[in-house]
Amino acid sequence: MNHWIIVPVILPALVAPFIVAAARYDVLLQRVFGIVASAALLAVTAGLYWLASDGMVRPYALGNWPAPFGIILVLDRLSALMLLLTAVLATVVVIYAAQGWDRRGRHFHALFQFQLMGLNGAFLTGDVFNLFVFFEVLLIASYGLMLHGAGVRRITEGLKYVAINLAGSTLFLFAVGLIYGLTGTLNMADLAVKVPLVPESDLALLRLGGALLLIVFAIKGALVPLHLWLPGTYGAASPPVAAFFAIMTKVGAYAILRVYVLIFGGGAGAASWLAEPYLLPAAAATLMLGMVGVLASRTVTSLAVYALVGSVGTLMLAVGLFDEPAASAALYYLVHSTFAGAALFLLADLVARRRGGAGDRLVAAPPFAQLDLLAGLFFLSAIAAVGLPPLSGFIGKILILQVLADQPCWVTLWAVVLVGSLFALIGFARAGSVLFWKCLADQGRPEPDRPTHDTAGLCAVAVLVAGPVLLALFAGPAMTATDATARQLFTPQRYIEAVLGSRVDLAGTLP
Amino acid sequence: MELLVASGVGVATAVGIYLVLRAQTFPVVLGLTFLSYAVNVYLFAMGRLVVGLPPIVSKTAQGYTDPLPQALVLTAIVISFGMTALLVVLALRGYLETGRDHVDGVAGTPEDVP
Repeated sequence: MNHWIIVPVILPALVAPFIVAAARYDVLLQRVFGIVASAALLAVTAGLYWLASDGMVRPYALGNWPAPFGIILVLDRLSALMLLLTAVLATVVVIYAAQGWDRRGRHFHALFQFQLMGLNGAFLTGDVFNLFVFFEVLLIASYGLMLHGAGVRRITEGLKYVAINLAGSTLFLFAVGLIYGLTGTLNMADLAVKVPLVPESDLALLRLGGALLLIVFAIKGALVPLHLWLPGTYGAASPPVAAFFAIMTKVGAYAILRVYVLIFGGGAGAASWLAEPYLLPAAAATLMLGMVGVLASRTVTSLAVYALVGSVGTLMLAVGLFDEPAASAALYYLVHSTFAGAALFLLADLVARRRGGAGDRLVAAPPFAQLDLLAGLFFLSAIAAVGLPPLSGFIGKILILQVLADQPCWVTLWAVVLVGSLFALIGFARAGSVLFWKCLADQGRPEPDRPTHDTAGLCAVAVLVAGPVLLALFAGPAMTATDATARQLFTPQRYIEAVLGSRVDLAGTLP
Repeated sequence: MELLVASGVGVATAVGIYLVLRAQTFPVVLGLTFLSYAVNVYLFAMGRLVVGLPPIVSKTAQGYTDPLPQALVLTAIVISFGMTALLVVLALRGYLETGRDHVDGVAGTPEDVP
């Protein structure tokens, strides 16, 4: 067993309490630990990604308890990709937050590390109940992060966020109980073996359990009609937190890919491809709602929020097809949309702080510091978010359109994607011209009293925007990687053998 | 016994759902508590209902009850208990800051309009 696999969970789990206990009153020390821990996590996950890129599925049996009995972590290409993406985003966001946002409340860095622990655990775990536990860890931390900075709006929105996720957790437990009651196991690989063996009389219950799980993941992924919590929560959260939450909706997409390909996938007998009929319509509705939301937005933050909702819809369109090329397209778009979404939230904050009274509202305001630089970054992230050439949003959308073309209802789906993109284009063009051009037309010179130059903040956004640029430049290697990931995902046999086969090996070494 | 446990879970879930859909925070908190009680009993029952059997290996045992759901339920209880406490604190804080305990907070004031 390679012990590095558990480091992405252990490292934040140790750093977070250390920050609370040792660096409680010293923001500078908290920042140092937060940034160093995130950078170390980035290094570890990059190593794990490299390790997983040989195509092997590596199980990690905690406490050396063999697979279906003990809790197991599994590193494969998909989990390694998600870990790396999370670590990159976390490092950028924590550096951005260290420019001042982490002073608006207490324990930002500790909560941030706990959130990382939950995310990494959720991506690594090979056990459905353990997935629930890590979901709770990341949710508990996210409640704290979402409320960071307090204020009436955050508290009222936070209340709704906590309430809907508590209801979601209850549903998760009902689903887990149902599935355990029918199969007698919660290990994902073991479930993949046992689900086809469920007798016909229990099939309806099994499908119910699977559908309940889908509802839970749809809440996490903010799919229509379960998206209602997202605009309020992300809009009210502090900008670095909202930017980091861009990965949270992807947790839903990851969980759907994992559970509905491995457990309720092709090998599940009568429960095969359980999620397929529900996901496509919900995804199309989400996409449309998000893009109409972009069109209707009156603040930059709301623009970012609805662009994120729309990107989830686009992503789920590809996920919902449940085949190999579609999953490859989905993964490419997932990486792209995480960077594009996060960049928009941080940009909204940079712009709002410079505009003083006008904030992030889309109204004409006097010119502000670093206008040209911010306008350029906004232009790039808008291109990425809308999906225009030459950035990776365009390539991702082309890939998704390509896989949708094989569907019987492809005309409708294409229309949804293309009309949605048009709406987003209009929304972003209007926002950009109001923010960066109208002010020049209104008043001649910048106000001298608000020259806020923060290089680190701009660099953070520039790194995030560089994501789609690099993804477009190196689209070939990136797609080779996502193709290989999708191929591995859609050969669950290898996963099952790696996890359950290790039971035999371990049993052999026992005295 | 099965009928009693099943209807207990059913009634608690129904009560929970009704209360969660109320507009004040206090009934919502109560409703979520009812839901978590219901799901805890339900998870427990998923190991099948037996009376007086040990969960741990012993030489004199006639049979066993499934220990796994008991472990799951323990985790679920801790998590839902902690979450409910957080929710209560949030609801209180929201009430103190807005003067109302409506779940939409200060709906209609300029701050909520984007």
